[in-house]
Amino acid sequence: MAEPHPHPDRLWRNPEPKRSYDVVIVGAGGHGLATGYYLAKNHGVTNVAVLERGWLAGGNVARNTTVIRSNYLWDESAAIYEHSLKLWEGLSEELDYDILFSQRGVLNLVHSLGDVRAGRRRVNANRLSGIDAEWLTAEEVKAFCPIVNTSPDVRYPVMGGTLQRRGGIAKHDYVAWAFARKADEMGVDLIQNCEVTGFDLDGDRVVGVRTNRGPIAAGKVALCAAGHSTVLASMVGLDLPIQSHPLQALVSELLEPVLNCVVMSNAVHVYVSQAHKGELVMGAGIDQYNSYGQRGSPHVIEQQLAAAVELFPIFSRAHVVRTWAGIVDVAPDASPILGLTPVENLFINCGWGTGGFKATPGSGWVYAHTIANGEPHALNAPFALERFSTGALIDEHGAAGVAH
Amino acid sequence: MLIPCPWCGDREDIEFKYGGAAQIAYPTDPEAADDAAWARYVFVRPNPKGKMAERWVHTAGCRRWFSLVRDTVTHEITPGRPGGKA
Repeated sequence: MAEPHPHPDRLWRNPEPKRSYDVVIVGAGGHGLATGYYLAKNHGVTNVAVLERGWLAGGNVARNTTVIRSNYLWDESAAIYEHSLKLWEGLSEELDYDILFSQRGVLNLVHSLGDVRAGRRRVNANRLSGIDAEWLTAEEVKAFCPIVNTSPDVRYPVMGGTLQRRGGIAKHDYVAWAFARKADEMGVDLIQNCEVTGFDLDGDRVVGVRTNRGPIAAGKVALCAAGHSTVLASMVGLDLPIQSHPLQALVSELLEPVLNCVVMSNAVHVYVSQAHKGELVMGAGIDQYNSYGQRGSPHVIEQQLAAAVELFPIFSRAHVVRTWAGIVDVAPDASPILGLTPVENLFINCGWGTGGFKATPGSGWVYAHTIANGEPHALNAPFALERFSTGALIDEHGAAGVAH
Repeated sequence: MLIPCPWCGDREDIEFKYGGAAQIAYPTDPEAADDAAWARYVFVRPNPKGKMAERWVHTAGCRRWFSLVRDTVTHEITPGRPGGKA
């Protein structure tokens, strides 16, 4: 296994907020940091602040299960996630930081005839979009990932699976720190412990934010606050079709290398990979109720562990070391909202729900384009807020049953 | 999390299905509602950080719907009236 990257003492400055910026990004998570980086790198916009209520990269980018893939069903989703995956493929080099991006393959198991049809359909759709995808029979699943239980004698036997070999995982903290370091180097101010408490408007135009560290004027304001997006948007009277839910994850103790790829099963519902350090990292679905509490109900953990043990009998004696939750922002069609708002110069990036980590570079890239140009890039144009009144939803939930 | 069913008492939340925000009114004049108004009715729901009025149904018990007020940060619950208005 790879050696961890040696850390310099400081990866970024810790500046005092200036009174004014060209762009203020609210939220220094993965997406906010990536947005700051691409604003500076691609668009030469460096008079930028990324404000963070807590500490840098302490929210969902620190709490996710790091799965990276682009095998989405619909063209719009496939395009934006594939753009992101292509950025991942060059990211360690671009950011000069080994983010431990490992294309070990993402295997989506299927357990019913309906699943088989949906899986084959998705493989074909992906190929038409130029995305690598393969259909595996149960025997081929066993050959690719020998510890999966493909016996017909279980409650939901494995009937095959889809494989995206270019999918994989990365070290989430390194990703955030790498973006932060490069953004900081180019002059972007990363300001922690700076909570936005309101917005200053001039008519229908946003001209600044109010914070616990005083007002900050801004040419443009870009919201990037995941689970807290509706809280922020409500400060300018903007209603978002977003609900905040806990999404739980867990890790086992450190184990010898035992699992060679990412395995996901929507039907019995668990996804699991083995981190570079050796722990098994698992997740499943959201808790059903709205919450900002960063914790969920134990039965959700119990169910995903039951699924994991059925799929991987070898895991039955592994111990859970830690469970936690992040607060995910779920849109009605399970697709992100990324673009303009009815408030002039106010931009929104939210709704990534349970699948935001994989989108980090792609989301930052198109959001920076949208902010710099005042209009969306072709890749995020379909993800506009207006789709909920035009009806042009991107229904990944219903169509693919895709877990994240 | 224990949910106080007005008829069965405190039960674990695995016995319930969540109904989301309570008190969502159907558009009073549906013919007159434009696309934006319909979008608000169909897709936008309260998502407060703090006290939230919400609907639950005791699917694994009495199967009846009820309302309560729950804090979305602490998960502390204030029971509602039996048969409370949706």
